Amino acid sequence: MSATELPLIGDYSTPVTALSGARIGVVTFPGTLDDRDAARAVGLAGAEAVSLWHADSDLADVDAVVIPGGFSYGDYLRAGAISRFAPMMDKIIDAANSDAKLPVLGICNGFQILTESHLLPGSMIKNDHLKFLCRDQVLRVDNNSTAWTNQYAQGEEITVVLKNQDGQYVADEKTLDALEAEGRVAFSYVGWNPNGSRRNIAGITNAAGNVVGLMPHPEHAVEAGFGPDHTGTDGLGVFASVLTHLVGGQK
Amino acid sequence: MPRIVVDVMPKPEILDPQGKAIVGALPRLGFTAFSQVRQGKRFELTVDGEVTEEILAQARTAAERLLSNPVIEDVVNVEVVAD
Repeated sequence: MSATELPLIGDYSTPVTALSGARIGVVTFPGTLDDRDAARAVGLAGAEAVSLWHADSDLADVDAVVIPGGFSYGDYLRAGAISRFAPMMDKIIDAANSDAKLPVLGICNGFQILTESHLLPGSMIKNDHLKFLCRDQVLRVDNNSTAWTNQYAQGEEITVVLKNQDGQYVADEKTLDALEAEGRVAFSYVGWNPNGSRRNIAGITNAAGNVVGLMPHPEHAVEAGFGPDHTGTDGLGVFASVLTHLVGGQK
Repeated sequence: MPRIVVDVMPKPEILDPQGKAIVGALPRLGFTAFSQVRQGKRFELTVDGEVTEEILAQARTAAERLLSNPVIEDVVNVEVVAD
């Protein structure tokens, strides 16, 4: 590069790589809020976002699925409880449990849908302080061998947005012990526990590592100028991870 | 028309933040006799016609599969209420 060229503040163009052909589905339910942000994050990571409608039952040959945040069905009954029985969820549950092990990420309300679906153990109840909370939150990556975390260093601390009212992760002691012993805590809260979650758990994975759910929002921390502290892009690694996973690049 | 009432409560070992907030508000109104509050849910399922054993069994299954989440809640009562 010659001295007269502009210095690299950041290269925000979409990279053209072998991963660019990947198709990542983003599911929309009635009341979903963050599907557009999730689709944008998928695009910024270099893949094609494919909209999936909850009432359809065609997975459209996607390579992975993101279940985004929001308030599907207004959180009526329990957060995620009604969405869990959508036709699209039947397909996703089957594909996640199949030999092909479709990678599935649930963010916030998506995490709640995954626990209601029994793809992930435990459940979420109201924050211990009963308030809706929106803030930048530091997380530690406790397992960097899943389909959605392999581009982070083990123990790496990242900052993404946290925003929820029903974010207190609960499970019985036996389940919590097993999650910790098997390395299935994917993300944990650092600095303080914002909602009373057991064992500071912010996100977990299934045993196979293809299904991950977390309460905070990596898709809101993917673009300089809009993420935490106006610069943070720590969430992009989640989407880059699944692309790496899809081309067999597990490190 | 008869209704089937389903009562769902948070499991005893699960902290109930809403109940905790309510128990804190009671003494402010002068109600000092209550040491604990737990908040649950009551569902009323209306049946067109007679409640057969099969319909009652359906209600029990629906209570376990949809109306409650066994990780955090118990179905504590399923009963028929005649009008």
